[in-house]
Amino acid sequence: MQILFGNLAIFVLALLVGVEVISKIPSTLHTPMMSGANAIHGVVIAGAVVTASLANSPTGYILTFIAGAFAAANVFGGYAVTDRILKMFMRPKAVEPADETKTSKDAS
Amino acid sequence: MTDFEFVVGLIYLLSASLFVVGLHMMRAPATARNGNRISAVGMIIAVAATVALSLVTSGGEWIAWAVLAVGVLLGGIFGVYRARTVKMTDVPQLVSVFNAVGGSAAAAIAFAAFILATSSNPLDLTVSIPIVLDVLIGSITFSGSLIAAGKLQGVIPGNPVTFPGSRALNAVVALIALGASVAAIILPENTLLLVVVLVTALILGVLMVLAIGGADAPVVVSLLNALTGLAVAMAGFAIDNQALIIAGALVGAAGTILTLQMAKAMNRSVLSIILGGFGTGEIAASAGPADEELANVRSLTTDDVAIQLAYAQHVLIVPGYGLAAAQAQHEVAELASLLIAHHVDVKYAIHPVAGRMPGHMNVLLAEANVPYEQMLQLDEANTAFDNCDVALVIGANDVCNPNARTPGNAVSGMPILNADHAKSVVVIKRSMRPGYAGIPNPLFTDPKTGMLFADAKEALNDITVGVKEYVSA
Repeated sequence: MQILFGNLAIFVLALLVGVEVISKIPSTLHTPMMSGANAIHGVVIAGAVVTASLANSPTGYILTFIAGAFAAANVFGGYAVTDRILKMFMRPKAVEPADETKTSKDAS
Repeated sequence: MTDFEFVVGLIYLLSASLFVVGLHMMRAPATARNGNRISAVGMIIAVAATVALSLVTSGGEWIAWAVLAVGVLLGGIFGVYRARTVKMTDVPQLVSVFNAVGGSAAAAIAFAAFILATSSNPLDLTVSIPIVLDVLIGSITFSGSLIAAGKLQGVIPGNPVTFPGSRALNAVVALIALGASVAAIILPENTLLLVVVLVTALILGVLMVLAIGGADAPVVVSLLNALTGLAVAMAGFAIDNQALIIAGALVGAAGTILTLQMAKAMNRSVLSIILGGFGTGEIAASAGPADEELANVRSLTTDDVAIQLAYAQHVLIVPGYGLAAAQAQHEVAELASLLIAHHVDVKYAIHPVAGRMPGHMNVLLAEANVPYEQMLQLDEANTAFDNCDVALVIGANDVCNPNARTPGNAVSGMPILNADHAKSVVVIKRSMRPGYAGIPNPLFTDPKTGMLFADAKEALNDITVGVKEYVSA
């Protein structure tokens, strides 16, 4: 019971922190935020590790395999695609408009 | 609690803090990428600590570790390969697939904990309840997310799939799932009951998402994201792992907020979306523009549009999913940067549901090198429309339908982009066909609106050529 209470308290407080932090993210960045959060639930791979350490039957091995493979796809893919999206939001913007201005002066 | 367990607990606390800091840094594009990396560091130390703890406390069989290693390797390769190669228009599908695998990994963990405990000592209620909830939620998320991904990819029809008695069937399946869940909690030695929960939950996920229309994709993807977070948190309760509980709760919160915001952006309740049926039956009956409306439409040529844009001071572009579907993000960005180079103020007015997932349109524009500063959110954009010479609407419809301001129709009350407040409006669209809501848009017949009936990509190219002539003349 004591363990459950501790975990429930952590769960509720983490939910509230999540609401607080995430409400401040502008809608422009919602896609990378969502795929970033998606990567965070890839922490389920830690659960797959625990499952592996306890598995002692063929069913246990199968479940370990499913948990490990799916969680790994989630966590590696999630972080990789979020990084790819965010890289686009950080592209140097000075380069191209500067060139354009130059050509426009030439044209006029 | 041993000293070692205490240290692992501290590491979990650190990694949870890094997750929160990482998410916090996603508030601004300048810090967002590092935020994601910080979150990844939190992930690495949490997993490393778990591996160390598992080896020390239980050791485990080598065969199980080998199976895990092979699984992680295969899954990791698949995940990274898809992440590197996915087209930005297809990101919502990929996020759905990640939701599916995350949810089912959580369900598999709970299932393993269940069969393990029955063979040794009976399960305590504090463990059996989260296990059953995890299998239930995780399975719904798995099948539901795969169907959602299929719909987004176009493999499964995007319109709501319903059949006579489909709601009754849903109710029956849901009742069986609930009944089996309660039974599995009370009788935790019976694996068959948990299998029934698993199977009925899988069916429920399929039925639920099949009945939801394509226009509601942003809500569905967000909702499934929240459910995955919840499933992961439940797995944390089942195996007493705080890293899973905290991370799951954070994701649950993120998904819930996005679900509510998306539903609000369409002025629909989450419940009515889940029950499905948008754009079917009752609404579709009023579809199609009347003849007298078509007579009022003013058609433009690309040349007309080019003149208007070249001599405007303030231009707002309203991109809709039609723009992305035509893969014309690069063309619109090229036109915008040409205009900006000639001292026209160009910004993008982006509605929250313009893409297939929250914030999707921003990603598509960022891919085409549109600077973050040029993307206006709904409120900023609506202020800007009052001082705007030309509103250029491309492939968007319902999100700028002024009917939303009057009660009694399918889009009533939906927050819209006030494109009709601009001095003039240009709409690039293939036809007068109504949007998802299935009702005509009076913006198209407004006297100050000109319609350019064309494919977005070709039209934008032609306009760019035209603008170049006018500005160099």
